[in-house]
Amino acid sequence: MLNGFFETLTEQFILNFIDGGRWKFIANGLVVTLKVTLFAAALGIAIGFIVAFVRTTHDKTGGFKIMNVICKAYLTVIRGTPVVMQILIIYFVIFGSVNIDKTFVAIIAFGINSGSYVAEIARSGIMSVDNGQFEAGRSLGFNYVQMMWRIIAPQAFKNVLPALCNEFITLLKETSVCGYIALQDLAKGGDIIRSVTYSPFMPLISVALIYLALVTLFTFLTGKLERRLRDSERRFYN
Amino acid sequence: MNGDFIIEAINVTKRFGKIKAVDGVSAGIAKGETLVIVGPSGSGKSTFLRCLNMLETPESGTVLFNGVDITSKKIDINLYRQKIGMVFQHFNLFPHMTVLKNMTAAPMKLQKKKESDAVEKAMALLSRVGLADRALAYPYQLSGGQKQRVAIVRALCMEPEVMLFDEPTSALDPEMVGEALDVMKDLARGGMTMAVVTHEMNFAREAASRVIFMDEGKIVEENSPDNLFAAPASPRLKSFLAKIL
Repeated sequence: MLNGFFETLTEQFILNFIDGGRWKFIANGLVVTLKVTLFAAALGIAIGFIVAFVRTTHDKTGGFKIMNVICKAYLTVIRGTPVVMQILIIYFVIFGSVNIDKTFVAIIAFGINSGSYVAEIARSGIMSVDNGQFEAGRSLGFNYVQMMWRIIAPQAFKNVLPALCNEFITLLKETSVCGYIALQDLAKGGDIIRSVTYSPFMPLISVALIYLALVTLFTFLTGKLERRLRDSERRFYN
Repeated sequence: MNGDFIIEAINVTKRFGKIKAVDGVSAGIAKGETLVIVGPSGSGKSTFLRCLNMLETPESGTVLFNGVDITSKKIDINLYRQKIGMVFQHFNLFPHMTVLKNMTAAPMKLQKKKESDAVEKAMALLSRVGLADRALAYPYQLSGGQKQRVAIVRALCMEPEVMLFDEPTSALDPEMVGEALDVMKDLARGGMTMAVVTHEMNFAREAASRVIFMDEGKIVEENSPDNLFAAPASPRLKSFLAKIL
C-alpha cells in the first residue's frame, strides 16, 4: 500500500517536472516572480515615501495643496480597485497599442499598487514621531526638508520597518495574478504544467510550497529585525 | 521702544480656537539679561515664549529680532532661528544620534562648519557641563538631568544670541533639577541673554535680572526679582506666590 503510494508519487514527479524539462516552468517562473516583487517593492517604496512626504507636509504646514489632492486621488483609486483590474488596464488599455515587455508592465502595476499601501504605512510612521522632534529641528534652524530627511525620516523608518516587511510579503503573494496578462510567473508556471499533464496535485502543491517557503523566510527575517528593534526601543523613552 | 533689545515682542496675540492664549503681550529682552517668566499653568507663558522664535505664529503683533520683524513672510525664519537657541521641557534630543552628533549636526549642515571645528566646540561645551565622557552615548543612555544639559549645549553649539528655556526642569526628577539649573545660572553669569519660563522660584530669585508674572494671557506684573517676590502688588500674584512658596 505504502509502496504503491511512493511509486505513484515518483511517477507523478517524473511526469510533472522531469518529462519535457517541465521543471523549467517552475524555475523560470520563480525568477520572474522574484524580479517583479523586488523591483515593484523598490518602486512602491519610492512612490510611497514621496506620497507620505506630500501628505504629512500638507497636514503639518498646509503646503502642497494641489499635490495633496493628486495624492489623495491616487490613494483612493488604487486602494479602491482590485490589483487584477489595475494590471489588466495598464497592459491592455494604457500600453494596449504598443508591444511591451510583460515583466515591465507587472513591475509598474504592482509598484503603483504597493506604493499606495506603503504611503499610508510611511505616513503613520512620520506621524508616530514625537512632535518635539519637529520642534527641536525647527528651533535649531533646519528647514522643513532638512528636518524631515535628517531627523524625522530615520526615526519614522525604524518605526515602520515591520509593517514594510509585511507589505513586502503581501506583494510577493499578490504577484501571482501576473497570469492574467499571460506573464509566466511562478503561479502561472505551475498552472501550465497542470494543463499539460492533467495532473493538478503535484505542480500546484509544489508552487504553493515554494510561496510558503519564501514567505516563511521573509517572516523569519522580519522577526529577527523586530527583535533587534525591540532591543533598542528603550531609546524612544525620552 | 528700546534699541538694546535683542528680542522684542510688541502686542503679540495668539489664539487657540476661542481661547486667547497670549493676549496683547509686549516685552523685550535686553542684551545680557535673564528674563524669567512665571505664572500658573495655562497662563500663556510657554506660548508667548514659543512666539519669540515663531514656533507658534502670532495672530497679530510683531516680534523683532535685532530690529528685524521675524513675523514677516518675507524673511527666512530658519536663518533667525539659528541665532535663537531653545531648550524644551522634554529635551527633544534626537534619539538616533549620539550626543556628539546631536550637537554637531546643525552647525555642520547649517553653518557649514568643518567637522573638526564643530566637534572641538561641542567637546569644549560638554566639558563645561561635565559630560565630556558621554559624547558617544545615545540619549537613552543618559539620565534626565544629563539629557537636559546636553539639550542646552546642543543649542549653544549654534552660538545663539539669545536662549529660550521652556520649563527646562519640569520633566526632571527633583534631584536632577539642580544640575540643569546650575548650568543655566552659569550661563546667566557668563552674560548670555536668556528668557526662561519656569516654576523654579529660587532660580528666578538668584539668576533673574527681571521677572514677569503672566496670568490669562497677559502680563500682570513686571519687576526685579527682589521686589516682585517681597512686595507683590496685584492680588493674583499674591495668591500665586502663596500657593507655590
